[in-house]
Amino acid sequence: MSTPQNPQTNDSPAEAAPGSGVPALAFDDTAKKSWISRLPIVSHLRQSVGLQRGMLITGLVLCGIVIICAVFAPLIAPYGFNQLGTSEGNFGSKLPPGGTHIWGTTVGGYDVFSRVVWGAQTAVAVIVVAVVMSIFAGVILGLISGYLGGWLDRILVVIADAVYAFPTLLLALVMSIAISGGQSSAWGGIAAAAFSITVVFIPQYFRVVRAETLRLKAEPFVESAIVLGASKTRIISKHIFRNATRTLPLIFTLNSSEAILTLAGLGFLGFGIEPTSASEWGYDLNKALPDVTSGVWWTSVFPGLAIVLTVLGITLVGESMNDLNDPRLRVRRKAKTKNVKPAEVKA
Amino acid sequence: MSAAISEPGAEAAETSVSVKKPSGGGLGRYVLVRFLLIIPTIFILTTLVFFLMRITGDPITASMGGRLTQDQLAERIHAAGYDRPLLVQYFEYMGDLLKGDFGTAVSDGQPVSHILLTYGTATVELVFYALIVAFVLGIPLGMLAAYHRDKAPDAALRVLAILGYATPVFFAGMILKLLFGVFLPILPVSGRGTTQTEYILSGVVDPTGFYLIDALRIGNFSVVGDVLAHAVLPAIALGVLTAGVFLRLVRTNLIGTLEQQYIDSGRSRGISEYRLVTKHAYRPALIPIVTVMGMQIALMLAGAVLTETTFGWQGLGFKLAEYLTARDFVAVQGIVVFLAVIVAITNFIVDVLAAFIDPRVRY
Repeated sequence: MSTPQNPQTNDSPAEAAPGSGVPALAFDDTAKKSWISRLPIVSHLRQSVGLQRGMLITGLVLCGIVIICAVFAPLIAPYGFNQLGTSEGNFGSKLPPGGTHIWGTTVGGYDVFSRVVWGAQTAVAVIVVAVVMSIFAGVILGLISGYLGGWLDRILVVIADAVYAFPTLLLALVMSIAISGGQSSAWGGIAAAAFSITVVFIPQYFRVVRAETLRLKAEPFVESAIVLGASKTRIISKHIFRNATRTLPLIFTLNSSEAILTLAGLGFLGFGIEPTSASEWGYDLNKALPDVTSGVWWTSVFPGLAIVLTVLGITLVGESMNDLNDPRLRVRRKAKTKNVKPAEVKA
Repeated sequence: MSAAISEPGAEAAETSVSVKKPSGGGLGRYVLVRFLLIIPTIFILTTLVFFLMRITGDPITASMGGRLTQDQLAERIHAAGYDRPLLVQYFEYMGDLLKGDFGTAVSDGQPVSHILLTYGTATVELVFYALIVAFVLGIPLGMLAAYHRDKAPDAALRVLAILGYATPVFFAGMILKLLFGVFLPILPVSGRGTTQTEYILSGVVDPTGFYLIDALRIGNFSVVGDVLAHAVLPAIALGVLTAGVFLRLVRTNLIGTLEQQYIDSGRSRGISEYRLVTKHAYRPALIPIVTVMGMQIALMLAGAVLTETTFGWQGLGFKLAEYLTARDFVAVQGIVVFLAVIVAITNFIVDVLAAFIDPRVRY
């Protein structure tokens, strides 16, 4: 319980908390070496039994496939996302699945399989950027607002509540008009989509973290820190932060799935990313809409299934984590408060 | 929301002195506080939308930018008053909003309030059908899952609920179109009625715009059938999403109430299992559904935008997508603000309803 040891135990989870969810999902397979990313999911896996375990594993496998597609898209996809033909000529329009194009080609003459694979890259990029940004903004605002209180807190709460009640997709639409004027360039489109989704999600993190902060503010260990003369910045960043952010990995998974759906919705309304700059599943579905009535099913079914399976994977992981966390959370919290209290008194 | 909770909380402290205060006063006060809270909500949302839409420039350049010369553009902008300071425009816009004037669409010159009234009812009709689907599917299935907790039916239903959530409404719509419009052509896949129906309904005096009501009023049952047939697929596409949410809610809450002692006591008195689930445990489990209804309706309105586009259902969402393509941001802004106001008001109604059913919400 020496003082140098204490900041260390405080520090590493503190840094890990917002990030821990991120590598766990985004780089599930690549970053398994680091213990931070291992901890949440691997421990859940060990704990789970029967049906629960099946759900968790299915979810992880689905997420893994999406991430592999995203990272190795250039190797997996036989053609580029904006490639219309090879040196032997164009692919042709609306070719049924089979032969050189296992999932057929679109009306525009793109290879469906290639576009679905490249679409994973866009989806993962948007999720990571959007969710990481909204966690940062939401957590910081939530901590400050919850701890300091006063007029700033009231204003932020009213704004967050107003934004929270707003339909996600509509807000994202307005945001993407504000950011890019409804137009999209290569990374501009991805950034616009990510930013739009960020703004939508900030209130969610804000609310959770603020509520936790309010609760923690009254805990004895915070009071003792105040008595010892710790500054507000220190209390917020050391004492409250690590305790208030415990539920974030769970919200992270829930939000990632919502982020994909929002991105697809934006794309479907024509606010996606142009086919020449990146591949996006929602946009492809928008282009496939007229095909459906003429019986051309492959242009819509494959990108659609990609969305469904990605969201399904993330949701299954989130659901299982939620179920597994429930009884454990209490045990953990008790142990933590015990640890922190005597250490702080000594410090 | 926090103010809404803290206010009645303060009042609860007062009433603890004189315990026998009629609860009606608490409800009245709650309704008032909650009502006053929608004003800042709407104000913040309209302000937010206004400034966000104007960051990138004026609506005329956005809509006509490529097609007019610089002089023509400047003239149009001046005529519409978009060259004045943004704050002046903002106050004018807010003033107009109070009078119910949402501006005039740039692309087709229609007053936005007129668009809202004409197409709004179609959206309401779609959301209404979808809610029916959600209730009919979600609640009984949720009860079934709760009763067979952790067994095969429960697992299957939970996976179905997650699938319902994971499927974007437009993809669900496209699959339904493929299945029931192309491979097994038994249902219409586009529009709110056949051309003939639309024609007959356009002759209705003083139309409500709610096709089912109009069709019932003229008593033409082939038209009623046609209107309903057109509604089936969009309603399912939109309703399944919410049905999944209802299923999960009913399941969770019913599991909680089924463990209560009054259920055991009912069982010991020989009440049938069916009756226990559908009558005794079911009611308390319904309350949380009412409380999430507000969020669900917000979700459904956004979903309606996508569903309408998928099925060519001529409602607000369909028009929104059209105006987005035309880059007519005045109309877009009007529709978005209108939908936001609707969501705020439904949230208010739902909260009041929840407080009315469950007194605990008030304190």
